[in-house]
Amino acid sequence: MTGYILKRLLSAIPVLLGITVIVFLIMALIPGDPATAILGSYATPENVEKLNRDLGLDKPLVQQYFIWLGNMLQGDFGTSFALNRPVLDEVLERFNGTLVLAGTAFVLCSFFGVMAGVISAANQYGLADKAITFVVLLGISIPSFFLGMMMILFFAVNLRWFPVSGMWPIYGDRTFGVLLTHLAMPALALAVVATGVIARLSRSAMLEVLRQDFIRTARAKGVHERGVIWRHALKAAMVAIIPVLGIQAGFVLSGAVYIEIVFQWPGVGRMLVDAILKRDILLVQGGVVFVAACYVLFNIAVDVAQSLLDPRIKT
Amino acid sequence: MTGFLTLLARNRLALAGGIVLLLVGLLALVTPLLPLADPDVTNTSNRFRPIFSPDALLGTDHLGRDLLSRLMWGTRLSLAVGFAAAIVAATLGAAIGIIAGYYGGRTDNVIMRGVDMLMAFPYILLALAIVAALGPGLLNALIAVAAVNVPFFARNIRGITVGIAHKEFVDAARLAGLSNTRIILSEILPNVVPVIVIAMSTTIGWMILETAGLSFLGLGSQPPQADLGSMLGEARSALITNPHTSIVPGMMILIIVMAINLLGDGVRDALDPRLKSGALSRPMAATRVDRKAPVPAPTGAGLLDVQSLETQFHVKDRVYRAVGGVDLHVEKGECLGIIGESGSGKSVTALSVMGLVASPPGVVTGGAVYYDGEDLIGAPYRRLREMRGRNVAYIFQDPLATLHPLYRVGDQLIEAIRAHRPIGKAEGRAKAVDLLRAVRIPNAETRISDYPHEMSGGMRQRVGIAMALANDPDIIIADEPTTALDVTVQAQVLTILDDLRRSRGLAIVFITHDFGVVAQLCDRVAVMYAGRIVEEGRTAEILDAPRHPYTARLMACVPELGGGKRRLEAIAGLPPAVNKLPPGCAFAERCTRVQEDCRQGHIPLARAGGHGVRCLHPIDDSREAAQ
Amino acid sequence: MTQALKLTDLSKTFPVGRRLFGGPKGSVKAVHPLSLTVHQGETLGIVGESGCGKSTLARMLVGLLEPTTGQIEIEGAALDTADPAAFGKRIQYVFQDPISSLNPRKTIRQIMEAPLKRLHGMPAAERRARISEIFDSVNLREEFLDRYPHEFSGGQAQRIGIARALAAQARILILDEPVSALDVSVQAQVLNLLADLRRDFDLTYLFISHDLAVVEAVSDRIAVLYFGAVVEIGPAEEVFANPSHPYTRLLADSAPVVGRPLSAPEAEGTELPDPLNPPPGCAFAARCPRATERCRTETPRLSPVGPRTEAACFHPLSE
Repeated sequence: MTGYILKRLLSAIPVLLGITVIVFLIMALIPGDPATAILGSYATPENVEKLNRDLGLDKPLVQQYFIWLGNMLQGDFGTSFALNRPVLDEVLERFNGTLVLAGTAFVLCSFFGVMAGVISAANQYGLADKAITFVVLLGISIPSFFLGMMMILFFAVNLRWFPVSGMWPIYGDRTFGVLLTHLAMPALALAVVATGVIARLSRSAMLEVLRQDFIRTARAKGVHERGVIWRHALKAAMVAIIPVLGIQAGFVLSGAVYIEIVFQWPGVGRMLVDAILKRDILLVQGGVVFVAACYVLFNIAVDVAQSLLDPRIKT
Repeated sequence: MTGFLTLLARNRLALAGGIVLLLVGLLALVTPLLPLADPDVTNTSNRFRPIFSPDALLGTDHLGRDLLSRLMWGTRLSLAVGFAAAIVAATLGAAIGIIAGYYGGRTDNVIMRGVDMLMAFPYILLALAIVAALGPGLLNALIAVAAVNVPFFARNIRGITVGIAHKEFVDAARLAGLSNTRIILSEILPNVVPVIVIAMSTTIGWMILETAGLSFLGLGSQPPQADLGSMLGEARSALITNPHTSIVPGMMILIIVMAINLLGDGVRDALDPRLKSGALSRPMAATRVDRKAPVPAPTGAGLLDVQSLETQFHVKDRVYRAVGGVDLHVEKGECLGIIGESGSGKSVTALSVMGLVASPPGVVTGGAVYYDGEDLIGAPYRRLREMRGRNVAYIFQDPLATLHPLYRVGDQLIEAIRAHRPIGKAEGRAKAVDLLRAVRIPNAETRISDYPHEMSGGMRQRVGIAMALANDPDIIIADEPTTALDVTVQAQVLTILDDLRRSRGLAIVFITHDFGVVAQLCDRVAVMYAGRIVEEGRTAEILDAPRHPYTARLMACVPELGGGKRRLEAIAGLPPAVNKLPPGCAFAERCTRVQEDCRQGHIPLARAGGHGVRCLHPIDDSREAAQ
Repeated sequence: MTQALKLTDLSKTFPVGRRLFGGPKGSVKAVHPLSLTVHQGETLGIVGESGCGKSTLARMLVGLLEPTTGQIEIEGAALDTADPAAFGKRIQYVFQDPISSLNPRKTIRQIMEAPLKRLHGMPAAERRARISEIFDSVNLREEFLDRYPHEFSGGQAQRIGIARALAAQARILILDEPVSALDVSVQAQVLNLLADLRRDFDLTYLFISHDLAVVEAVSDRIAVLYFGAVVEIGPAEEVFANPSHPYTRLLADSAPVVGRPLSAPEAEGTELPDPLNPPPGCAFAARCPRATERCRTETPRLSPVGPRTEAACFHPLSE
């Protein structure tokens, strides 16, 4: 097992390098002088030239890449010109907020998605199946930002159950309970779409598995139908569901960008959008590379989980 | 194509989705022709007019612009961008996927590493990075959304292509002299297109959401031009004071995407061949029973007594009479063979006994199965479950598919015991080892913790037998247990079964298509054709002197080892389809002894001694049979 | 008798565990160097159990797989490119699964036209005439030509597969388990059709199957494959009736035959050797009752044991 984890970690290195190359190349697409883009059009020519020299932007592209990569490996992601603060510090602080939001949403959507899928498949064409299918359809059709806005309108403004926005109140204690009241709406809004996708996939994976011969074998042995569904079928279906959970984690992270904006959540997504609108290129670069790297590590964990479940995967 | 459209139209939800989408699309098309206010003219004195205002049906926004007009123009833009992004992504992704999947090897490896690299980003990061580089704007948002979706299409299509590229018809095309390009265009592409269409129809909605999302963030369409996303984005600041400016574009997105998703699901269902045949239904815990005629009374013959059993498959409006009235009985300790070709109903008969016929589409429509006087067909599920594995156990054909791939064989054996009586861990393990020893698996103590894929086919089938033995049943129903095995392994497995039967007094119902196996194993044999037993009796008697012409002809057309090179006695024609059975004898069409009366009325199984024949003109003379 | 097909030291090794760069991690010898000749008009049966390399051999013979070593000579001319189109005119293939060997989205006519057009560049009118001629010879009605594969039963589809192979005008057919997917009553029809075609068109067959009785019924000579190598080859009437190699004997004794009591020639669950780590010497030694020390160290070569029979065994069964 440790061997497998090590192997997967090693294989992540080229992926991580690839990510930096892709981000670097995309940023190289920016027309005109990068330093001007970074500093904004009101920068003085001296500053532009200094930055160009500092960043090595006067050197050839390949060399620039290695300078940038080398700096990043030493923990230097550059300085955000708009915030006038090291990029890494800002990203780490904001990522914390995203992690709380996206992590909660991911747990919610994984649990409810799989449950809904199994129940739906076990009662195919039944009332529960139809109800779940309809809710799922609604979930995958509604834009999460619109859902978030409607939740604010209804639960925060009309019913006053939850605070309108933010992660913490401006004044007052930062207790877990307070966090929960702030977290409830954004996490739910974020989880809805992914729940729908996971539920759909779990349903079809379960239907696929339930037609397999080994299910008939379990029934022929006299296993309770409960055991057939939750032990035999679900375990086999998880082989197809787990990779989708990995992909959906990416969608949850992505959806977090909208939700952070709608709910004024202090996360990395809102930071990125602001940075793009202000053309704070170093912050964008650093943020994207950092989050993508975390996502790669998460997917390794997913692969490890998969190999624990399925003995046919060679460890 | 027309078939596809009728299928689609039959799906009411998809039809509704299609109609809504068509309406929205038409409206979007004719928007420039409609007498609408200019969507971009601001009039701040007229801002935030409520819905149903006299001059603005849907009110106005924060700059006093007519919301209805903006909604229509925005819808037009959102639809166009969403569809364009979907088409670009699907085309590029499919091309990449097909090339990677078809050529395989290093090409595939390099391309797919690139795709993996792109998929290593949470998609929006990539989209944000692209927009950051190209600058905000609707076209750039379109490019970003299309680009991040290319890897998803590529991976999906590659998977399908790999499957098709390994099909035999592709090899055949190569041997027919087709070049690679031609094979891709004429063999691969036509088979991939439905998948591309499915993938597209199920993701267009998603693409519209994503472009709307980028616009919502202010990175897509730039003012004053608006799509639905940017309308929502601009309205957000007035969410609490003037919610209608948010609700109007938001609902529109919801309606469009929902309609597209409904239609997309319909398209998927109509194009997926498995859904067409209704095969994606989940089989229920027990076969559905719907007996119209009165249930026949037990005759008391044998331990297992099957009486005029009828099992049908109901697919759409077609009825397949897989088993059309079968009578069978098995004594304690006896081995009964059921022999027949595929589609003769032999497996369905066997599975009907314990309600294991997949249902839907299977239905038991008549007859009874008595186990020790108790009717199993009418038994409630609870009772049936108690008896499965304990009184009647099964062994199935393909031991790789019939064992659970993710559980150790030992655990599967212990589970079989635990389904019927509580048993401790140590005791269960000891019992499992005993069972594996009983089927002569070497090193049973260590093999108990093997997974099925770590065993050979013969070993797996031994596990299958051990599992059937777990609760000392009285009857084992073996459904072609050795068909998937090599001949040397088959001999081993058959010997084990035969020894167990003698040492434990087991009754075995052995289903096969091989006369050699029947001859070596079975006391009695029943020959099935088109869902009915056509001949039944002692094995030696039937093999020596078959009386039904089908039995005789079937035996003659099987080559037997030791016969040398020779011409075989083929039976012309095909068995009848069981949804279109002719009146009278089902074999009449292919029979050389057929007479006028064979083609009408019910022909009963005529019994003489222990030998029954369903034939009006059976072979009388044993010499005649030999010819 | 002229030689239709001559194989010299043909072998195939598959790499296992591919890496992106650099060589493979290991290799599996699917077919050990193998030499065979097939005479014009002959049917050579090839029998073996799963994993013995019979399909790999077949795919090499038609150019779908490139041999690792050795050469293939067809009617005296060597073919050293693995280009199916170059092979196609001389040697054709009939697949095991008749349905999946026909493209579900093409009509039968389109499928039949491909070899005529691509291999022989035949003009349209001529193709039409040729197709009806071929269809007639495999007893199929011409109205089938405009239908799609899913409308046919297994037996009919296999006739179409045979018709397609005939259209290429190759004189050698590789029949890879051509009847295993069919029911016995239909199997006999197809086998008889194949026999008629061979006689009428002077074809040469390589008939590959796991079914001993079927192979015996259709072949002139039979080669028995075990673990990627020919262990015995001889006249069909003798190979199973009078086996020389202990493995052939085991096969013959295992086949269920009416009138012979059930017996397992091997009581224990013996299995094939691990292909990633093949044993030295004879691959069958571990299962062989006659194995000696020599068998476990030295690989036996195919050598004559009778007037027309060869076996790869140090201790062949005497007459």
